[in-house]
Amino acid sequence: MTENLMIQLAVAILFLPLLGFVVTLFFGKRIKFIFNFEIFILIIAFLLSVLLLFSKLTYFPGITIQGEFTWINLGNTPVIGPISIVLGMMIDNIAALMIFAVTLISMLVHIFSIEYMRGDKRYNRYFAYLGLFTFSMTGIVFTHNLLMMYIFWELVGISSYLLIGFWYEKKSASDAGKKAFIVNRIGDIGMFSGILIIFMTYHTFSFEQIFAQIGAGHLPFNSGFWLTVTGILIFCGAIGKSAQFPLHVWLPDAMEGPTPVSALIHAATMVAAGVYLVVRVFPILTGDALLFIATIGALSAFIPATIALTQNDIKKVLAYSTISQLGYMVMGLGVGAFQFAFFHLVTHAFFKALLFLGSGSVINSMHHEQDIRQMGGLRKKMPITYATFLIASLAISGIPLTSGFLSKDGILAGTYAFGSLTGNWLFAVTGFFVALLTAFYMFRLVIITFHGEPRNKNKYEHAKESPFVMAMPLVVLATLSIFIWYTPNPFNPEAGAFVGSWVKAPQIYTPQNLRYSFMQSAASQQIKSGESQTIHQNKNVVFSEIYTEAMEEAHVPGMLLSLSLAGLGILLAFVFYQWKKLDPDKLADRIKPLYNLSLNKWYFDEIYQASFVAGTIGLSKVLAWFDANIIDGIVNGSAFLTKWLSSFSGKFDSVVVDGVVNFSAYFSGLIGLMFRKTQTGKVQTYIVFVIFSIVVLLFIFKSF
Amino acid sequence: MTQIGLNHFLFISSILFSLGIFGIITRKNAVMVLMGIELILNAANINFIAFAKYGNFGYNGQIMALFVIVLAAAEAAIALAIVLNIYKTFANVNVDEIDTLKD
Repeated sequence: MTENLMIQLAVAILFLPLLGFVVTLFFGKRIKFIFNFEIFILIIAFLLSVLLLFSKLTYFPGITIQGEFTWINLGNTPVIGPISIVLGMMIDNIAALMIFAVTLISMLVHIFSIEYMRGDKRYNRYFAYLGLFTFSMTGIVFTHNLLMMYIFWELVGISSYLLIGFWYEKKSASDAGKKAFIVNRIGDIGMFSGILIIFMTYHTFSFEQIFAQIGAGHLPFNSGFWLTVTGILIFCGAIGKSAQFPLHVWLPDAMEGPTPVSALIHAATMVAAGVYLVVRVFPILTGDALLFIATIGALSAFIPATIALTQNDIKKVLAYSTISQLGYMVMGLGVGAFQFAFFHLVTHAFFKALLFLGSGSVINSMHHEQDIRQMGGLRKKMPITYATFLIASLAISGIPLTSGFLSKDGILAGTYAFGSLTGNWLFAVTGFFVALLTAFYMFRLVIITFHGEPRNKNKYEHAKESPFVMAMPLVVLATLSIFIWYTPNPFNPEAGAFVGSWVKAPQIYTPQNLRYSFMQSAASQQIKSGESQTIHQNKNVVFSEIYTEAMEEAHVPGMLLSLSLAGLGILLAFVFYQWKKLDPDKLADRIKPLYNLSLNKWYFDEIYQASFVAGTIGLSKVLAWFDANIIDGIVNGSAFLTKWLSSFSGKFDSVVVDGVVNFSAYFSGLIGLMFRKTQTGKVQTYIVFVIFSIVVLLFIFKSF
Repeated sequence: MTQIGLNHFLFISSILFSLGIFGIITRKNAVMVLMGIELILNAANINFIAFAKYGNFGYNGQIMALFVIVLAAAEAAIALAIVLNIYKTFANVNVDEIDTLKD
């Protein structure tokens, strides 16, 4: 295995889904079974990803492999100097793990869709779109520069749009597609501006070179403030794509798409791309930017969790829990728990895809019924779906022996450590409270859907366990939601290879004085206290020892607290919905305003409708009026003026110019007529003239 | 008794000339017009000879007069031929009726 071979492997993984997309799209109408080709391609891509991951971790454990080529060479441009736009691939442990998760889930979703989408009239096109999405997502994972990141970022945006609106005959579906696309654009404007600032300053898009220049002390506009702004602007892209507050409104609506799509795109991979972006630019984020990111993450974790408590659509509950979990990851990055945020990204991808595919299985067997009030008692009818769904619910609630426990606990410990180091306990409090809410609403969902007595007898009678192609992905994903793949010790993630050796917090390049105090290197802290003058000595130290100690101290109390809160949440869910000791409806009546706030999703859609949408429409109306009256008035006025001027000049032409021409012609004719009289044709007359003339001339020249 | 001098000759020739012009202008018949032209030529001859006699020109005047007589004969021959042709064309030798020139 050479580095070159690794790059070729990555290129093959990148372009295989594109091949699948093109073939499936163009031959989809002619050849009915072409979707098998797309699935075959995905299986190949997955096997290559396994090979890539294995060889990366075996032969190049600590090396970042890069390969690049010059796309456009602008030469030596005036003012700025030589510029060339370089595209390239980067394979580090994070990319290798991420590509494994992406291709695995994509492959499983392809297989699951064979049965779920059966009978759809655009069957092959559906698989083509999945191929396009997988291609775009692979591009995001492998990119080594911001430009390629942005290109593939927009490509996943378009595939998401196409798949949300896949059943575009339904108005709600096409509206949801548009909403997702437009809301994402708002975030992308920020990201684009950030990329422009970066390119303006460093004349390159490549992460490595940007990091190197920032590490050398070269900042945008020579100010740390602008570095913070740049970081926040790039994070805006993540706010849109990862459905963070306040741009989270598109994700619940995106559930209009087919359920396997929700599992692949709107739960596991694409929405995680925002977090992946922050992971990539993490080294250049300043302390202020990280604090902003953590705040957004905390809000996104908390608000959707409260909304998920009262939703009755099985997919809506999962959608809000997705936003909440993504908020966890973003918050985790914001407080510096880099490893655990990425760890949670991967584990969440597996168990959330499992939850969505499980809900797809339920929805399919219930004849496309999504309201959980129509379900109940499905445990007996669908044992495999129930078992796997339960494992995923335990994982998302953070119960030991699951992957979710390890990663979520790590993030919570991170917030705890952040609190003890900086005195800012807000993130820890939010994180632990959301853990309680998460456990509660997930088990509310499980109990209402699978336990108890069937509420709709008719649909219950027809429900049956899903066939093999749908059950198999569920089992695979459920297996991956168990702790054993990540660590041998179910209570200590750092004992395992994932956090222990594969994923390391990156080197930070921001100036020392702009970082969180606990991220400053030891040497710098010594300078502060005036003990040493060596500045760059300890640059490779990522986080200070204080942080490591705080994390270790936070581990046990954080774990106990999160465990007891998750247990409490599950207990409450059983008390309310299984044993019916307390009546949730009565409680809802008692706290009516809060209940309504949650049920109506905090009125975000209504607020946006009343402010931004109405504002935009109002502005458009004003502009339309301006256009119809002022602009058109000017145009029509100038047209009228032109018309009037032309008619005037037409008159002038026909009267004056033609008059002069006609008059001169007439005058010549008149003269001709006059002289014509003298031409009698009689020789004698001419002779008279001649003689007369001679006489006249004689008189004239007499004096000479 | 008045001495016949140059003025008498000139007077005679100018009368002859005027008669010739008058003939050319007033006569309708082309032959009469030709006769008017003959008168004008002869008036010119008289002037030549008179100036030759009273002027200091040697015999130049007489020689010129001889030329004019020869020329007049040739001219008369050609002109009469033209008149004949005109008659053939128009069946008529009245100059005021032949006005195709104006077209």
